[in-house]
Amino acid sequence: MRAALRRLAQRAERRLPALTRLRQPEPLPIELDRRRIYIVPSAFGLAFGVLLLVMLVGALNYANNAALLLTCLLGAACASSMLLAFRTLDGLRLRGIRAGHAFAGEPLELTLDFSAPRPRQAVRLDCAGETHAFAVDGSTELKLHLPTSWRGWQELPRLRIWSTWPLGLFRAWSWLRPQQSVLVWPRPESGGPPPLLPSGAQERLRPQPGEELAALRDYRRGDAPRHIAWKASARHHDLLVKDFDRPAPREAWLLDWNALRSFDAETRIARLARWLGEAEAQGRRYSLQLPGGRIDVGSGPTHYARCMDALALLP
Amino acid sequence: MNATAATPLDTRSFDLVALAFAAALALQMPHQPWWLGAPLALVIGLRWWQRRQRRAHTPMWLKLPLLALLVLAVVGRYGNVFGQAPGTALAVGLLALKLLETETMRDARVGMGFACFTLMAALLSDQSLLATIAVALGLLPPLAALRSLEPGRRVPAALWRELLPGMALLAAALPLAALAFLLVPRLGSPLWGSPNSAEQRSGLADSMTPAGFTQLLIDDSPALRVSFDGPPPLPEQRYFRAFVMGDYDGASWTYGDVADQPPVAIEVAHSVRYHISLEPTRGRVLPTLDVPLAAPPEASLRRDRVVIADKPVDTLRDYTLASATVYRLEPQLGRHRARWLQLPDGFNPRTLALGQSWRRQYGDDAAAIVQAALTLFHDGGFRYTLAPAPLGRDAMDDFLFDTHEGFCEHYASAFTVLMRAAGIPARVVTGYQGGYWNALGNYLLVRNADAHAWSEVWLAGRGWVRVDPTAAVRPQRIDLGAAAAAPGGQLPWYQSGWLQALRNHWDIVNRWWNLGVNGFDALRQRGLLRPFGVSETETSTLAALLAASCVLAMLAGLAWVWRRSEPEDPARAALRRLERKLARMGVTRANGEGPRDFLQRAARSLPAQRGRLVQLMQHYLELRYAHAEPTAESLRALQRAVRDFPVSRVVK
Repeated sequence: MRAALRRLAQRAERRLPALTRLRQPEPLPIELDRRRIYIVPSAFGLAFGVLLLVMLVGALNYANNAALLLTCLLGAACASSMLLAFRTLDGLRLRGIRAGHAFAGEPLELTLDFSAPRPRQAVRLDCAGETHAFAVDGSTELKLHLPTSWRGWQELPRLRIWSTWPLGLFRAWSWLRPQQSVLVWPRPESGGPPPLLPSGAQERLRPQPGEELAALRDYRRGDAPRHIAWKASARHHDLLVKDFDRPAPREAWLLDWNALRSFDAETRIARLARWLGEAEAQGRRYSLQLPGGRIDVGSGPTHYARCMDALALLP
Repeated sequence: MNATAATPLDTRSFDLVALAFAAALALQMPHQPWWLGAPLALVIGLRWWQRRQRRAHTPMWLKLPLLALLVLAVVGRYGNVFGQAPGTALAVGLLALKLLETETMRDARVGMGFACFTLMAALLSDQSLLATIAVALGLLPPLAALRSLEPGRRVPAALWRELLPGMALLAAALPLAALAFLLVPRLGSPLWGSPNSAEQRSGLADSMTPAGFTQLLIDDSPALRVSFDGPPPLPEQRYFRAFVMGDYDGASWTYGDVADQPPVAIEVAHSVRYHISLEPTRGRVLPTLDVPLAAPPEASLRRDRVVIADKPVDTLRDYTLASATVYRLEPQLGRHRARWLQLPDGFNPRTLALGQSWRRQYGDDAAAIVQAALTLFHDGGFRYTLAPAPLGRDAMDDFLFDTHEGFCEHYASAFTVLMRAAGIPARVVTGYQGGYWNALGNYLLVRNADAHAWSEVWLAGRGWVRVDPTAAVRPQRIDLGAAAAAPGGQLPWYQSGWLQALRNHWDIVNRWWNLGVNGFDALRQRGLLRPFGVSETETSTLAALLAASCVLAMLAGLAWVWRRSEPEDPARAALRRLERKLARMGVTRANGEGPRDFLQRAARSLPAQRGRLVQLMQHYLELRYAHAEPTAESLRALQRAVRDFPVSRVVK
């Protein structure tokens, strides 16, 4: 019995891949073809059909051939619009999806990259209760906002792509289920204590006189030429640049999973996420020690993203 | 769907919706009274301006009274809201008022459906080719408005560009539409009442008052088109009889229709067969050339050889007839003589006196009396005009002795009264005279403006003889037609000179349209498959054919849609061509064999072409791999080399 049902489901899946919710996620790129585009008349289309029928009967009744001819013309044009609706979706390719970053509970920005050999108009995409309308000229990027609820990998939902182009009489649609997941970062706690710094850290913080030459460092592209220490550079292999009046470098934070032993896992993750965010915002350098491994001291968006990814992926 | 249906319209969409409504109203305007059309046009214009200026809604206190006013006006004019004319008037009014409450997409969609319906209703009143084309063009704004409702489209900068895709859509739909038009089974009899005939269209009435034709004589629309078996009759013989009027009450002549009397006897010396296609008149009389010998189907021949149809002529009517052009009609008058001498008492004393004086003067010489009357018209200072002075109670006295001006009705009426007063049986005949011979289409076009009235007098031994007193006053009326008869300045501009000639030539298109489209009725549809050996096409056959052709059309559409137009790489196409040439010479490219290997193998097995093949291979590989974009010249060189590659059928 169960085997028969499964066979039936598989058969349905094979024959009607776009209709069934059994559709398996598929790898990108996804190209829409006639096997997965479905068309039905819209409510307006049905009403318009009834109207055409009334006009047809009226023309026949009054033996009015001119009206009959034009009714046939309008009807044939409406029928042709069905083909145009199909052509709007046919051959459309979803080439790739780029996901942004988001904390759990906040919408995550997705960028869908569509391309089509012919220009398309009035394509619509349903995602999470929102409908986006767009045109495709060669290739188009569509930005969506995907609601998130929990940290970790989240599968993309099924997306319905549809169109009622050109007259709104027919609705062509297809389901997209890209085989791609997005990583949702843990949500930082809203408030709490700063991290416990290692002892003696305060003494190492030395205030620096603002105007004075702070240090010499290697030349980096973009440094102003007047900051180059020419004399020092002459004695050196590379160009040296004078580093002026920097704000006092903050102490690096060594964030450690094991230092929060008294809390449960999610609270620890939320706290670490907050500290990471604060450290990044204050321009500190920080490292992260997690049960799975250690991320060395560093800073900058890439480093931050690496730490958050590691937090999101904790079991 | 529901979320988008309530979205307010953007400016462009609203403009298009207003344009669609305005187009529907404009096409209905000629068929609606001005007091309805003008205010509705004003409503559309004001609403468009208001929405554009302030994006404001129309308040309910404005909409409701307007609606009530509309219904009241229609009911007041037509008595009710049912039937074709009041229904159309109401629909047009509701359409214009619909714009007042058009705010959202749903409103716009409903409005566009309604606009299409109203456009089709305009064809109920006028089915000519121009009207049909106008309505087809009127479909473009609704289609464009529906397109504009789709979000995410590319909006063209100019409004008129919005109309072009609709035109392309209609053009693409034309073949299927033509097929459906041919095959949709026509109804043998209408499902419900035919268009109400209360409103008499232009055309001949069954009574005639002097000056009653004035409207008709400036109506330039075609009345009938006649084609003859054999040569057409001479211009002075082109009299088309409609009504024979014998009853005169001092003011008007009337035709008394008596159904159950056999037609009067006729002795025929010469007859003509011809075919008439009559424009809808809403009346029942079928005009015939001179005296018809028998009635066409669904019509009957009355006593005085007037042909009356069984049903009012609401659509184009075609009939074939034979008529006598040289004849003796009713050789023996018998007991009916008194009827053709009847005159009302107490009218036109001076006219009666004149007739009686002729009788005394000429005695029994009826021909001399007729000649005396014609001489009077010719030499008595009479003038032909379409705008004669009004006549009093003794109309014929006023005309003959006072105003001296009038047109065919006056002359026919006065002449008949004079004849009766002189004791000669006489009657008035109305119909058409003249027409334009279209040599290209081989048919005679008779317009409503060719309506004419003349007299018939009964002469012993000759029967009823046609006498046209108008010819005595203005012979051009008979020789050249109505247009030539009018003194300068009395005809509207569109009836004069070269424009009229142009219109006469253009009429052949209308004739083709009438023959091909409007005349394609149930009868002709049944003969549709006659060329294929099916004498009677049944309704079921038609339906099956219709279904089959719809399926075929859909398949053709699907084939077009499913065709994936991957533009083929020209270098690859050239290689393919070379492959085909080599295959004919016995070297076939194997699956998975690269071009280089294949061409090297071909060069080995065709030593005669070795040099060419190696060169081609190098050329192709260079095109393929040496540059990101091959240059056009080297591509053309490859194509030329492949084309010139000789195929020698040497089997090795």
